[in-house]
Amino acid sequence: MSFITRGFSGRSRDRDPRIPPGQTEVGDFPVLSAGPTPHIDTAEWEFSIVPESGEARTWSWEQLMAEKIEEVTTDIHCVTHWTKLGTSWRGVSLDTLFADVETSQDYVMAHSYGGYTTNVPLDELLNGQAWIAFEFDGEPLDPEHGGPARLIVPHLYFWKSAKWVRSLVMMADDEPGFWEQSGYHIHGDPWKEERYW
Amino acid sequence: MSGASDTAWRVGTVVEVHPETPSARRIIIDVDGWPGNIAGQHLDVRLTAPDGYSATRSYSIASAGPGSRVDLAVDKLPDGEVSPFLVDDLMVGDMLEIHGPLGGWFVWEPDAGPDAAADAGGDGRVAASARPVQLIGGGSGVVPLVAMIRSHVAADDSTPFRLLYSVRTPDDVFFPDVLADDGGVPALRVDLIYTRRAPDGWPVTPARITRDVVESSVFPASDNPRVYLCGSTTFVETVAEWLVDLGHDPRSIRTERFGGTS
Repeated sequence: MSFITRGFSGRSRDRDPRIPPGQTEVGDFPVLSAGPTPHIDTAEWEFSIVPESGEARTWSWEQLMAEKIEEVTTDIHCVTHWTKLGTSWRGVSLDTLFADVETSQDYVMAHSYGGYTTNVPLDELLNGQAWIAFEFDGEPLDPEHGGPARLIVPHLYFWKSAKWVRSLVMMADDEPGFWEQSGYHIHGDPWKEERYW
Repeated sequence: MSGASDTAWRVGTVVEVHPETPSARRIIIDVDGWPGNIAGQHLDVRLTAPDGYSATRSYSIASAGPGSRVDLAVDKLPDGEVSPFLVDDLMVGDMLEIHGPLGGWFVWEPDAGPDAAADAGGDGRVAASARPVQLIGGGSGVVPLVAMIRSHVAADDSTPFRLLYSVRTPDDVFFPDVLADDGGVPALRVDLIYTRRAPDGWPVTPARITRDVVESSVFPASDNPRVYLCGSTTFVETVAEWLVDLGHDPRSIRTERFGGTS
């Protein structure tokens, strides 16, 4: 890097190797969303996976809770330059939820209560890479952080971890979701700084 | 919207700095090759130390339109790494690395075509129309809203505009020159809420914003306004909930929050 900012020395040199380029560690949990926070009662909540056949596999809240629940400790990286290390979640792996789903399509559009969408390739949701999470730090997930349940895909920028998730719909092609249409990168790998178009 | 070719890292030269509030500073930067920006967009600033260490932060842009100058107002966060440098150390003539313009959701453009496309989900951009525009800002969250007001004024746009702005004290008002009075500004009304200290003779005791204030100061839901809401997470969450409660369509409320990194 040839550019130097006059007078800037910065704060820390012992950079944690878990922090991707262009990110800064935070202790709190900032919020990024496009509109008002939806409030969804778990009694009315449901979650579906919809393959190309149209035969949706659907879970009520009780049915989700009856699936194998995993504890996940992971770092999360927001495109707005913050990283939070060692966050702890409980949720159901998408490996579990996709076990009985038949699809030959390679891409997924996550749809949320409130209308938000985000696209993720299927092979980045499987093999222990993504969960439907309903607890953060030992507490039920706050609505402002995506409760009652959100997708978490921690190896991608956190806008991919759709809050208030209600369905995953299979797609033949990698079509852009909400933020991806508004300037964010189609893929979103924080280690490659895939932030914007 | 800006394509990849428009959003490279560019070098900007600081052309003007002056105090905005006791804790914030206005910074005007002339950015080489800047393609112009839409009101409400933001940019990234990257600072690099002599040993290559760098820190990047996002800031909303308070200006809009063509031209290579961007106007920022940066609030100093006491424990911050980047904002204290920008507020205390940056000087006219300094160069900064700038990436942008960024963001295609929390934006407003005057008279950009029929409303229906944006309502249908479209590409996220919002066209002006007969629908009134309600801006609601808390503290430095007013910055992108100022860009919208400037854009509205520059275009001599006839869309009814209102701003509800919550600040701690009269000294904490950002861009008082833009908001000062409604004289000369077409179809703009500004309502200020002081939370800690009001000007002498102000008719209302300083207090945090309430649902009643929101109800009495914003375009009613029956006017079907577009709402742009920006501030701290608590401010945005609280006000957004009241708006929905007051009958505003959640799809007509666009939010942006600050905080977290400094």
